[in-house]
Amino acid sequence: MPTTAPPAAHAFTDVTASDSTLRRFLHGLPGVDTVGLEARAAALGTRSIKTTAKAYAIDLAISMVDLTTLEGADTPGKVRALGAKAVHPDPTDRTAPTTAAVCVYPDMVAAAKEAVAGSGVLVASVATAFPAGRAALDVKLADVRDAVAAGADEIDMVIDRGAFLAGRYLKVYDEIVAVKEASGAARLKVIFETGELSTYDNIRRASWLGMLAGADFIKTSTGKVAVNATPANTLLMLEAVRDFRAQTGIQVGVKPAGGIRTTKDAVKFLVLVNETAGTDWLDNHWFRFGASSLLNDLLMQRQKLATGRYSGPDYVTVD
Amino acid sequence: MSDKPKNTGKKTEQKAEQNQRLSVFKTYKLYVGGKFPRSESGRVYEVTDSKGQWLANAPRASRKDARDAVVAARKAFGGWSGATAYNRGQILYRVAEMLEGRRDQFVREVAEAEGLPKSRAAAQVDAAIDRWVWYAGWTDKIAQVVGGGNPVAGPYFNLSSPEPTGVVTVLAPQESSFLGLVSVLAPVIATGNTAVVIASEKFPLPALSLGEVLATSDVPGGVVNILTGGTAEIAAPLAAHQDVNAIDLAGADEALAKELEIAAADNLKRVVRPQPVDYFATPGIDRLTAFLETKTVWHPTGALGASGSSY
Repeated sequence: MPTTAPPAAHAFTDVTASDSTLRRFLHGLPGVDTVGLEARAAALGTRSIKTTAKAYAIDLAISMVDLTTLEGADTPGKVRALGAKAVHPDPTDRTAPTTAAVCVYPDMVAAAKEAVAGSGVLVASVATAFPAGRAALDVKLADVRDAVAAGADEIDMVIDRGAFLAGRYLKVYDEIVAVKEASGAARLKVIFETGELSTYDNIRRASWLGMLAGADFIKTSTGKVAVNATPANTLLMLEAVRDFRAQTGIQVGVKPAGGIRTTKDAVKFLVLVNETAGTDWLDNHWFRFGASSLLNDLLMQRQKLATGRYSGPDYVTVD
Repeated sequence: MSDKPKNTGKKTEQKAEQNQRLSVFKTYKLYVGGKFPRSESGRVYEVTDSKGQWLANAPRASRKDARDAVVAARKAFGGWSGATAYNRGQILYRVAEMLEGRRDQFVREVAEAEGLPKSRAAAQVDAAIDRWVWYAGWTDKIAQVVGGGNPVAGPYFNLSSPEPTGVVTVLAPQESSFLGLVSVLAPVIATGNTAVVIASEKFPLPALSLGEVLATSDVPGGVVNILTGGTAEIAAPLAAHQDVNAIDLAGADEALAKELEIAAADNLKRVVRPQPVDYFATPGIDRLTAFLETKTVWHPTGALGASGSSY
């Protein structure tokens, strides 16, 4: 039995045989009902989550945070501080769960790895010429290999949006396959930059393309453009992973990133997960938040629930 | 001219028609973050005049409205405290200018609420407008009065300068709905603090109208946030709030004041206890200094030569 089966699920091996079959498949996906999708996302956002359910949601959300710093000004010191925060989000309350991972640039992976050593917090690294993805494939692969060699547990890659929008789906597919191979044991998150894909139909196509190519996670955005994760595009991606598992048995994670700043927002996303993909995804192995300021708000809400007093920014770190 | 009597009948008819214009009731709303939201809870309560006649429905703010107000006040603090004292003075004077233009409205609202004759209500409003002007003048003078250079035994300049405390919760006086409100609010924001005001529970309308004046007076959104409703209900979470730096209990009765002071002790808020005040008298600077911190800086003067300081 061939253990190196194509990354795509067996049911879809024909689909990825050539550019034209892939295009036929992706354009054959049902069109997205924009109004219906947004109405559904908005309706699920009105659920009232209180008391014990809220406490559960806050702890779950904390455990799903990929605590992120992706700035040109990142220093080893800043990454260490971030790592310490990921391990003990609330130093005054050790019952607070750790975050899922810290997310940094490849050259900071070693520093991050050291900072979270022994805590169970993973280190994710963006790669493939993040955030634009405008580089030759071998440059991207070298970027990935660097990150993996430095000890990254997870790789966040960006797709070539230019090729995708030009309709060269197989190029995008091949790139993801190559990056997946270069990632080795590290889990691969594929960033679509949904804010640049213009239509919901494109987001659905990109989701399927990414999953066919072997993504472990599909991720909305880099956090570097105007429109990042929204409830609607995340709902669409959750539908995609649900349908993909129904057809292939392969479960793929989802990571909305960018623009999620408040506990209220995070809880809305958790409702989307629960109502769309189901409880199997309510785990930080299958759902993540790419965020930096979200964690502070989650902690303030957690303190409020614990003490009954509203907390303030004086009681969380300044990042 | 002969057809004049004929027309009078018609004119009265027209007049009667004009009199049937539907009345336009004002929806009083909260003032939070420079906007005029309804209460998050959707609740209102009936406000009556001194004879028990219905005047309007005022929003009954919830603790979530209070939380939102603190967030807005915190956000506004950086800009407002960082503005020059001169600029703050200009803006406070602008508030007085805007109030002058709506004087009649405030006289009417105060008279209706407190059951005062027009002349006494007018005196209250005039005093309140003058109070804004008075505090506008203080913005760029308070630092000279309470700050200064301190003599120290060493080669240092030692400078003390007053800085605003931060976000201040103000329980406006219950009986003096407008003059009292202005007398406790103006000194808080004059020095660069931002305020969350809980208006008089029984007479909230002048306070809500003041929000409209502030919104058109270049006061940045969030510097003043005005809530109406049950004073005890709104004040409790604010007194315990970890991101509120001080609380003025002017509008609290004895029992409530005690309870709030205990809650406020948790994060060492500055507390101003309720005390009898004649709001018509010139106030003095006590309320200005109550919400100031003193920052002291030691700055080396440089090496001392044989002849003493090189300065």
